[in-house]
Amino acid sequence: MSPASENKGGTAILFGDNIDTDVIIPGRYLVSIDPAELAEHAFEPLGEQVQQRLRQARVVVAGRNFGCGSAREQAASALTGAGVQAVVAVSFARVFFRNAINTGLIAIECPDAVATVKDGDDVQVDIDTGTVTTPAGQFGFPPYPEALRGILADGGLIPHLMRSYA
Amino acid sequence: MTVAATTGKTFAQKAIERASGVPDVQPGQIVDVYPDVYMSHTASWRCIRTLEKMGITELCDKDRIAMVMDHIAPAVTAKNAADHKLCREFAQRMGIKNFWDVNAGIAHIVLMENGLIRPGQFVIGTDSHSTIYGALGAFGTGVGFSEITAAWVTGKLWAKVPESVRVEISGPLPAGTYPKDVMLKLIGDLGADGLTYCSAEFGGSYTRTLSVSERMTFCNLAMEMGAKNAYVQPDEATVRYLDEAGVPHDGYEVLLPDADATYRQRIEVDGAALAPQVSVPHTVDNVVPVDDVAGTRLDQVFIGSCANAKYDDLEIAAGVLAGRHVASHVRLIVTPASAAVMSKAAETGVLTTLVQAGALITNPGCGACAGNGGVMADGERTLSTANRNFRGRMGSYESEIFLGSPATAAASAIRGVITNPRDVMAENPEIAAVTGTTGGTA
Repeated sequence: MSPASENKGGTAILFGDNIDTDVIIPGRYLVSIDPAELAEHAFEPLGEQVQQRLRQARVVVAGRNFGCGSAREQAASALTGAGVQAVVAVSFARVFFRNAINTGLIAIECPDAVATVKDGDDVQVDIDTGTVTTPAGQFGFPPYPEALRGILADGGLIPHLMRSYA
Repeated sequence: MTVAATTGKTFAQKAIERASGVPDVQPGQIVDVYPDVYMSHTASWRCIRTLEKMGITELCDKDRIAMVMDHIAPAVTAKNAADHKLCREFAQRMGIKNFWDVNAGIAHIVLMENGLIRPGQFVIGTDSHSTIYGALGAFGTGVGFSEITAAWVTGKLWAKVPESVRVEISGPLPAGTYPKDVMLKLIGDLGADGLTYCSAEFGGSYTRTLSVSERMTFCNLAMEMGAKNAYVQPDEATVRYLDEAGVPHDGYEVLLPDADATYRQRIEVDGAALAPQVSVPHTVDNVVPVDDVAGTRLDQVFIGSCANAKYDDLEIAAGVLAGRHVASHVRLIVTPASAAVMSKAAETGVLTTLVQAGALITNPGCGACAGNGGVMADGERTLSTANRNFRGRMGSYESEIFLGSPATAAASAIRGVITNPRDVMAENPEIAAVTGTTGGTA
């Protein structure tokens, strides 16, 4: 079964606008590329409470320009390491968006859905039907281009590449 | 996407057509591009480890690979040292000739100084500030390490054709203001996502007077508005720079936007009305005129980074600091952008001026901007010439970073509080005359 074809979601953790990559994963931890190890330090600058909520969360819901700043791919893999399956935001910084797709993390721009979400809500994302479901209802988003779907379906760029070399 | 090319093309459209071989690309279209250069900095070890995991030993085109050990240089921990060693040995084993070790400086600057970056090229790098290559009329954009690894193997990556925004900047600038102030003002006005996914083309009477180094500051900071790439049209200044970098005249193809190209937005900036600007914690777009925060006590001043540690930046700082001394409670750290910058600053006496004023000069590289050396304790404040002031980027999560020009940094180091450089320059009109001009240095 292709990992991206199922419904992804669960408890949401809510953030505001312009969450930068130094906050998602501080530069001092980039000596690692292990998602689980990185996850221990995800959102460390925001304090222990936020980190605990992250561990319960399956979906990150955020405002504008999520992941702005550095090109560090670990900003995406730290989230997958923490068990996050999807990020639903008003908008993304472009490098974070690429890094999310390339590490198999669903990244969806859906401002209407974000506007309804409270911290701790159940949020489900279905990239086949192009819908985000929140307690307030169902919201559509434009489907991914085929090229990106292929990468996501294989769980990221490197597994995708290895499949084509296999 | 079958809109006929009845209108002209932007730089971005032309650059992606050249890199993809696909004619008449339109904004929003996704194509495979074949980059001319794949830059990876200290992150190279992540690419090598990923390649090993894939079990692949063949590289698509090793001559397009460029590696520079800049972010943590020299090694601070045994793990850093092992990472550097991995890169060094990989480069040697694979015959990668474009490898620079820990002594070279910041990757972006090193690549441009050494003639690797040329007009019209499509360049990817494991660094968001790869937009800087627009200073030479190249399309530069940041990617993650998996994408660089993929490019090593396949030679290509997917790219979405961006919309373009044209920024026209008129001059001349008032004394005490610099390209950094222009960009901070623009970032403050447009916001951290003001140019997300856009190609930012800089033009106008002021831009045309700038040296390539000053254009680097523009293109570097375009990233802080979310730009995919940046661009300044190549001209005589570009050709002079390329000549010095040893690039043959037939070694590149200049791509110019058409006069009737379609832009999402045209922005006009009146440079003559500008005052020195400062980004206050903890976002780059949190910008105020320096006078609004003047008097804020500092613990450290950092002159470094790919935004503002080139030769002309150090010269401006030295002009302000000449014959003066850094406040006793302030640490002034100067990290030249590259070995070549450091060497020139040594030759001209700029380094001596800085050292005599009380500056600590470090080896070239990313240094404190990447949080390596010059980190802060709880409650401390730095004014930095770098491009980011995110929480915890320079040490404690309870420290603060302010961003400003090299002149603002130097003036603030002297007074020990955030200071309008005009106030210090006014004390000595000769300094104002030297440092108030722009476009004079390469």
